[in-house]
Amino acid sequence: MEDGENDGKTLVFVTVGTTSFDALVKAVVSENVKEELHKRGYTHLLIQMGRGIYSPPKVCDGADGSLAVDYFTFSSSIADYIRSASLVISHAGSGSIFETLKLGKPLIVVVNEDLMDNHQCELAEELEERKHLYCARPHTLHQTLTKMELESLVRYAPGDGTPVARIIDRFLGFPDD
Amino acid sequence: MEEHHCCFYSKMLSRFSSISSFMLILVIVLVVRVLYVMYQCGKPFPKGASRSFTTLIVLGSGGHTAEMLSLLSVLRMDRFTPRFYIAAATDHMSLHKARSFEHSLADKPVAKEASLQYTQIYRSREVGQSYVTSVWTTILATVHALWLMIRIRPQILCNGPGTCIPLCVIAFLFKVVGIRWSSIFYVESVARVRKLSLSGLLLYKLRIADQFFVQWPQLQKNYPRAHYVGCLM
Repeated sequence: MEDGENDGKTLVFVTVGTTSFDALVKAVVSENVKEELHKRGYTHLLIQMGRGIYSPPKVCDGADGSLAVDYFTFSSSIADYIRSASLVISHAGSGSIFETLKLGKPLIVVVNEDLMDNHQCELAEELEERKHLYCARPHTLHQTLTKMELESLVRYAPGDGTPVARIIDRFLGFPDD
Repeated sequence: MEEHHCCFYSKMLSRFSSISSFMLILVIVLVVRVLYVMYQCGKPFPKGASRSFTTLIVLGSGGHTAEMLSLLSVLRMDRFTPRFYIAAATDHMSLHKARSFEHSLADKPVAKEASLQYTQIYRSREVGQSYVTSVWTTILATVHALWLMIRIRPQILCNGPGTCIPLCVIAFLFKVVGIRWSSIFYVESVARVRKLSLSGLLLYKLRIADQFFVQWPQLQKNYPRAHYVGCLM
């Protein structure tokens, strides 16, 4: 897994996509989570909070060695933020999950328990079983952070639509390429 | 007088019973026809049937559009042209992403001058919408879908969002009436690992999709008529 160090900055990027997920934002800026991230050598925490209502208090660089905290609501593309991060903590949306996995970054997926019909956890749990990421709930995030071993994560190999294309082509009467 | 009344009533009765027999026969014929179409679904085209097919691509918020574009990037675009992209009226990003995708294709030498269109479609019901107004919006959505289907007669590519259901149902009804314009290719979203989505269940159980694809092996075990194709992402 690549290290996202830039100018001595080790970034944790948190994303909730287009949703509102205050429970995750609150969990990520809670004292014990920040402490654990700091212990593990992370220096900066950047939160993309989407439609959430709760705005965390910003903490500037270099203040007594604790974690710097910043946030924004939306961005047209979060790929650059993911690229410059050493750890990504994301909601369980498939878009965010695969964007992060394709960029080869360590990922903790936090499932939103307030969602009705939570089919999202199916994907997160399956990928966790295949050792591509860690899966947590907002109240178990700290626990996951203390126990995680990022080097044991397996790099996700992206799939593609070739098998689908082949079957569709054949059905429509096209010759096999 | 009495006899006159009897005559009148018996005439009405016989007319009524012949109308109801007719209706009954019609219903039976329809049911048989629908069952026939359902079990005939998935019949492939003959080789070399056409050089290209008009294609309708249904996009959706969440990961749906990303998955669709991932599939489109490995399709030979000269075989799927003209292309129509459809997104719900409230989905702002998807058509934008589709435009960027098509733009990136324009540099490839193989891509012909294709006719492209980006259309927004009415959703039957927005999240939280009252059921009373939903009746009206569902009718609107269905009429809009019907208009589109008649106008462009496409093959349909979709992977989950509810916006695809009116289009797929209309395509199916066309088949019932004997009009074989549209085939439906449905890829269940990568986010569905153990259970199908509501759209997927409908299209699978009612055999409306001509070809049904799932991205995880667990689903193929539970839904054996589906093709397991691995992850699109």
